[in-house]
Amino acid sequence: MNWKTTASAMGLALLASTGLARAEGVLNIYNWGNYTSPDVIKKFEAKYNIKVTITDYDSNDTALAKVRQGGTGFDIAVPSQTYVPVWIKEGLVLETDPGKMENFKNVAPEWANPDFDPGRKYTVPWAWGTIGVVVNTDAYKGPADTWGIIFNTPDELKGKVNVVPEMNDVMFAVNKYLGGKQCSTDKELLKKMRDTLVAAKPNWIAMEYNTIEKMGAGDFKATSDWNGSALRQRLANPAIHFNYPKEGYGLWSDNVVVLKEAKNVENAKLFQNFIMDPENAAGLSAFHRYANAISGSDKYMPADMKDAPEVVIPADAKPHGELQVLCQPEVQEIYTKIWTELQK
Amino acid sequence: MATAEEVAKAAERRDVRDRWLLSAPALLVIFLAATGPLLIVLVYSFLTPGAYGDVKWQFSPESWISVFMERDIFDDTLSIAGAHVTIFLRSIKLAVVTTIATLALGFPTAYFMATRSEKTRDLWLFLITIPFWTNLLIRTFAVLQIIRNEGIINTILLKLGLVSAPVQILFTDTAILIGMAYVYLPLMVLPIYASMEKLDFRLVEAGYDLYATRFKVLRKIIFPLVKPGVIAGSILVFIPALGAYVTPVVLGGGKNMMLSNLIELQFGQGRNWPLGSALSITVMIIVMVALLAYVRNAGKSGVRHG
Repeated sequence: MNWKTTASAMGLALLASTGLARAEGVLNIYNWGNYTSPDVIKKFEAKYNIKVTITDYDSNDTALAKVRQGGTGFDIAVPSQTYVPVWIKEGLVLETDPGKMENFKNVAPEWANPDFDPGRKYTVPWAWGTIGVVVNTDAYKGPADTWGIIFNTPDELKGKVNVVPEMNDVMFAVNKYLGGKQCSTDKELLKKMRDTLVAAKPNWIAMEYNTIEKMGAGDFKATSDWNGSALRQRLANPAIHFNYPKEGYGLWSDNVVVLKEAKNVENAKLFQNFIMDPENAAGLSAFHRYANAISGSDKYMPADMKDAPEVVIPADAKPHGELQVLCQPEVQEIYTKIWTELQK
Repeated sequence: MATAEEVAKAAERRDVRDRWLLSAPALLVIFLAATGPLLIVLVYSFLTPGAYGDVKWQFSPESWISVFMERDIFDDTLSIAGAHVTIFLRSIKLAVVTTIATLALGFPTAYFMATRSEKTRDLWLFLITIPFWTNLLIRTFAVLQIIRNEGIINTILLKLGLVSAPVQILFTDTAILIGMAYVYLPLMVLPIYASMEKLDFRLVEAGYDLYATRFKVLRKIIFPLVKPGVIAGSILVFIPALGAYVTPVVLGGGKNMMLSNLIELQFGQGRNWPLGSALSITVMIIVMVALLAYVRNAGKSGVRHG
C-alpha cells in the first residue's frame, strides 16, 4: 500500500517536473485526497494561465514525513492546525505573509489571528470543521449530544457504534468526556482515559474511516465523525443526525502553506490570495462540504449547506467547541501506548 | 614450461574470473537493493525517535527494549509487553489458520484439476488465475459486499426466512478468515497443482490393486509425493498472511490490530520510527525462524520422490 502511494507520488512529482519545462506557469499542490474542487482549480488556471497539478496524501504524518525529506516538487501543502506549528518550527514553510494580501480582509475575524499561526504569517484558511457524534435516529431516539454515545454506549446502539481511528481525536474526545483539559499530563486522568476506552470498546463494532458508506448501508448506527462527512450522510438518509457533544467537541482547520522549497512561489502566493475570495472559497466548500472561514462566502454557498446544522454551529453548541492542538511529545507517547493497549 | 593441463587450468580460471566480473554489476545491484533498505531499517531501530516523526541520530536501545518489555505508563515498572505479545500472537494465529484453511480448500481443488484431461486442465488453471487480474483491495471489497448486513448472503437468508435478523459476519474474525482464505487460495492451489500434475497416477492404481483404502492411498501415496508443493504453497500463503494489512482492516473493522497495523501506527500517528523498525525486524526474524524450522522438519521425514 505505502509503496504504491510512494510510487504514484513519485510518478506524479516526475510528471509535475516535466510539466515545468513546458507550461507558461505551473503550480503543484499537495493536498488531502478528494478535497480540492476541480471547478475552482479550472477557474484559477484560466484566470492566471497557470497549469495546476494536484497530488493526494492521506494523513498529516505522511505529508510531514514526505515534505521533510525534501525534493518533492510541491509548492503548496494543506496541513491541519495541529501540525502547522511543527511545519513552521521545522522551517518547511515560507513566510508569505498572507495577512497583508489583498483578499485577507475577507477572512472571518475568529480565524484571522489563530494561535497556530499568530498574525497569519504563513497560512491561509482552507476549511474548518468540527468532530462530533453522528447517530441514526431510526436506531436511537434518546439525547445524542454527548460523547457518552461512544464511551458509555446506550443499549440500543451497543455493537453498532463505529469510532474513526484518529488517535488524537479519540484522545481529545475521551479527555473531554471525563472533563479534562486537552493534552493534560495528569496521570490519574490519563489512567481514567485508558480505562474508559478499554471498557467502551466491546460496544463498538469497528474502528474505521469509511463512515459515509457504512452509515448509509446500515452497517453502523452511530459513529464519531467529521461534520462534513455527517452532512453527506444526512443528505443520503435524513434520519442521520450530527450532534455536538456538550462535554466539549474538537474544532479543526486545514490551512494552505507555501513550501520553502517551492519553485513557483509567485503562483503559490496568487493561489493563497485567490482562495480567500468569497466566491472561490464557497466553490471549495461546495466540493469538500466544510465551512471555509471566509466572510461573505455564504451567499455563494450551495443551498443545502447554507443552513446545514453540520456546517453552521447552533448557538447553544458554540461555547463547547475548542480548537484542538497537538500535544507535547511526552503526552503523545502515552497516547500511543494507550492506543496500542486499546487495539491489542 | 606449461603443460597442456596447466594451460587449460589457467584458461578455466580466466573464464571463471571473467564470469564473476561480468556479473559483478548485477550482483552488486541485487546486493545493495536487497540489503540496503534492510540495513537502514536496522540502523533506525537503534536510534532515538524524533519529536514529530523521523529519527534523531542518537544511539538508543530503548525501541528494542519496548518491543519485548513495556514500561507501565503510570507506575514506571517494567514488565513483558503484553499488548505486543497479544498482537504478535493474533497475527501468527491468523496466518496459521489461513494456511490451514487454504490447504483444506486448495488440496482437493488441485487434485480435481490434475485429474482432468490434458486439454481441460489448462482451462481450470486459467480460471484459478483470474482473481489475480483484479487488485487485492477490490477483491476484498467484493467479499465485503457479500457478507455485510445488507449484503447478498444476509438478503437471501432473510428472504428465505431462515433468519429474522441479519447475521453479523462483517467485522468479526470469521470475516477476516473468509477474506484471507479467498485472497490467498490461488497461492496454495498453484504449487500443489504443479506437483500434482507430475504425479504418476499409475502409483495410485497400484495402491488400489494392493487393497489400500482411499484414505491410505491419499496418505501414503499422493500426499508424500505432492509434499513439496504443499510446503511451497504453505510458505507462499503464510508469509504474506502474517503481514496482511488490507484484509483485516476492511473486513475486521480495524478494532483489533494486526502486526502490520502496529508497525504502521509507529510510522504514522505514533511517531516512533525506531520502534516501528525494531518491530519490522522482529517480524522478519520470526518468519525466518519459522521457515527454517518448517523446511528442516519437512526435509527430515525423508520423502522419496516418485
